Amino acid sequence: MKTSRRLSIAADALAQIGAVGLFFFSILAAIPKSLRHLLETVRQIWFVGAMSLVIIMTCGLFVGAVLGLQLYDVLSRFGSAAMSGTVVALALFRELGPVVTALLFAGRAGTSITAEIGLMRATDQLAAMEMMAVDPLAYVVAPRFLAGIVAMPLLVCVFNAMAILGAHVVCVSWLGLDNGTFWGNMTATVDVWTDLVNGIWKSAAFGGVIALIATFQGYTTAPTSEGVAYATTRTVVSSSIVVLALDFVMTAFLM
Amino acid sequence: MVAGRLPAQPRSFSCPGDPDRVNSPDTRAPIEPGADAYVQVRGLHTVLGGKIIFNGLDMDIPRGRITAIMGPSGTGKTTLLRHITGQLAADVGEIRVDGRQLAGISRTQLFDLREKIGYLFQNSALLTDFTVFENVAFPLRQHLRLPEPIVRNIVLTRLQAVGLRGAAELMPAELSGGMARRVALARAIVRDPSLIIYDEPFVGLDPVALNQVLKLIRTLNDTLGITSVLVAHEFAAVRRIADHVYLIAGGKVAAQGQPDELAQRDSPWTRQFFGGEADGPVPFQYPARDYAADLGFPAGAA
Amino acid sequence: MTQARHSFQIGTGLFILLGFSALAYLATQTTSVANYQQGDTYAIKARFTNIGQLKVRAPVKMAGVRIGSVQSIELDPTTLDAVVMIGIDSRYEEIPDDSAAAIFTSGLLGDQYVGIQPGGSPVMFEAGDEVVLTQSSMQLEDLIGKFLVSGGPAKPGSEPDPSAQDASGPAPEQP
Repeated sequence: MKTSRRLSIAADALAQIGAVGLFFFSILAAIPKSLRHLLETVRQIWFVGAMSLVIIMTCGLFVGAVLGLQLYDVLSRFGSAAMSGTVVALALFRELGPVVTALLFAGRAGTSITAEIGLMRATDQLAAMEMMAVDPLAYVVAPRFLAGIVAMPLLVCVFNAMAILGAHVVCVSWLGLDNGTFWGNMTATVDVWTDLVNGIWKSAAFGGVIALIATFQGYTTAPTSEGVAYATTRTVVSSSIVVLALDFVMTAFLM
Repeated sequence: MVAGRLPAQPRSFSCPGDPDRVNSPDTRAPIEPGADAYVQVRGLHTVLGGKIIFNGLDMDIPRGRITAIMGPSGTGKTTLLRHITGQLAADVGEIRVDGRQLAGISRTQLFDLREKIGYLFQNSALLTDFTVFENVAFPLRQHLRLPEPIVRNIVLTRLQAVGLRGAAELMPAELSGGMARRVALARAIVRDPSLIIYDEPFVGLDPVALNQVLKLIRTLNDTLGITSVLVAHEFAAVRRIADHVYLIAGGKVAAQGQPDELAQRDSPWTRQFFGGEADGPVPFQYPARDYAADLGFPAGAA
Repeated sequence: MTQARHSFQIGTGLFILLGFSALAYLATQTTSVANYQQGDTYAIKARFTNIGQLKVRAPVKMAGVRIGSVQSIELDPTTLDAVVMIGIDSRYEEIPDDSAAAIFTSGLLGDQYVGIQPGGSPVMFEAGDEVVLTQSSMQLEDLIGKFLVSGGPAKPGSEPDPSAQDASGPAPEQP
């Protein structure tokens, strides 16, 4: 009894993963058609990216400040407080920037995408589009997917910049680290390609994954208000897990 | 093109409950069998989720007339509509729309077919981010490359036909239920379809809005000759405009005919459905155990 | 609706601009790109018996000021010592050709860099010249070994070990 239940749960999970994969390929197939509606994609970049700026910038500032504070304290124990800037920058560009931004993005933009598409499903708007011979994948889903991939790297750059600023304020203005040392050590160690740009690749991948999961949950939700509520929760949970797992895989691959 | 003008005959636009039929004289003749059918369904069998929805359904939707499909809740009226629009494939049976078989049709051909069908959803299904004008213009913008002034003219004439030209800049959230339904109707006719399907168009409407929608359905049918399929529960409203009524129950056509004639017919289905009896072929009691046994008495004592 | 479209487009454009400028700021101000001098460099060669932890792009300093970076490190197959190409910023074109190049460590256990101690020759380095006087990096094991062999602080009457005074003795920590 227990084994068969476990098997059916495993089969459901596999079916879900398969469904997401098939959905992904349908989106890819619909992207050429959606480029005719480029305006829709631009609109989505606005909603998904620019509207997330406030939370990203605020959290970036605080994450940078906390990093500066913690790392200065830890490094001082080893007499390496001068390296604070370096360690903050490395930690940020490689890991914290993409991952924290991705989690915030999933919470803000991911849920709004899921809710929007779920609502369209529940109020028959998607069915209406099909009846008007408009492919909802090309008109509704693909623009949001592309917007996720485009907006995330930009958001990560903004996050990183704000975080460096926050760390600078804490380390230099507050804790008294020398300004020149802060920047000098950082610029000596941080490499554009292996640190910064790898972080950008990661963030593009995260953006795609989050947009994929968000649109999938919205598209396949049960057309009731409960269904939409569950779908938004599942978006945040699944996105977070997948982003962190993907982070590990990409880090191992890119290092 | 809809000129936006009403038919020349004076229409008595009735108060609620007035038995006057909103009708034009020439449709009082009964439908002859074999008349030109826009939609033909033959021997339809469908099983969904383990339940048999249709068990040998035969139906003809006559061209240029208003046909109503009625039946108890859950008999699959919406499923039938999905068959007609190609959203669902039949397990067994043949469905022809405008002479073309639906089985095995390609996606492109299906989309071409759908461009000739206008669909009015129960909850209007207007796109929430767009104004009324943009909603009605949506099918035009998606499929045709028309200059903006022409799009504007087409949309405004459609809105005028449904009486909402002044509401063109409102958002769907600002519309009442009846207004939203009329906008959806304008959208459904913007590309001059040959078939319009109305899925529960009268639900939740106040009597004024109900009359307006009735008038519009009849007018469209009269002036444009659009084949109209109506799925509804409200027999009083259906009676006033439908030329032919199908009653679907038990996966088959239980009764069909002209609405007035059906109301007089004496069969258990028509008595319950059109006569308003609470109990009949559709039982009042949900299947349950013996009543006395449930209450703790010896079985059969109730 | 046309009005709304324009505002989306402008807003999105601003957003993309902001993202790219953040990226540009990060790339130029916080990474090693900041240290790349705009302008030309000329390369000179130096041979070391042991480069220790020296890496490509390690700084080259004179009087503590960064004047260039290590461009490449290769092993000479015939003489079997390390050939290091040093790129010096063209601004610093008056380095006497008898200057010495040595590999130092920043701090106690930090990264290694090449320090150039100026000589007094009136002739300056040209591109492609070779630095004649070089000092290899100090290996920790050698240092400890010499310290042990020399017996720690000098005892009265004991001879100072001649091997502790050869040319490759310990270099000062900072030039």
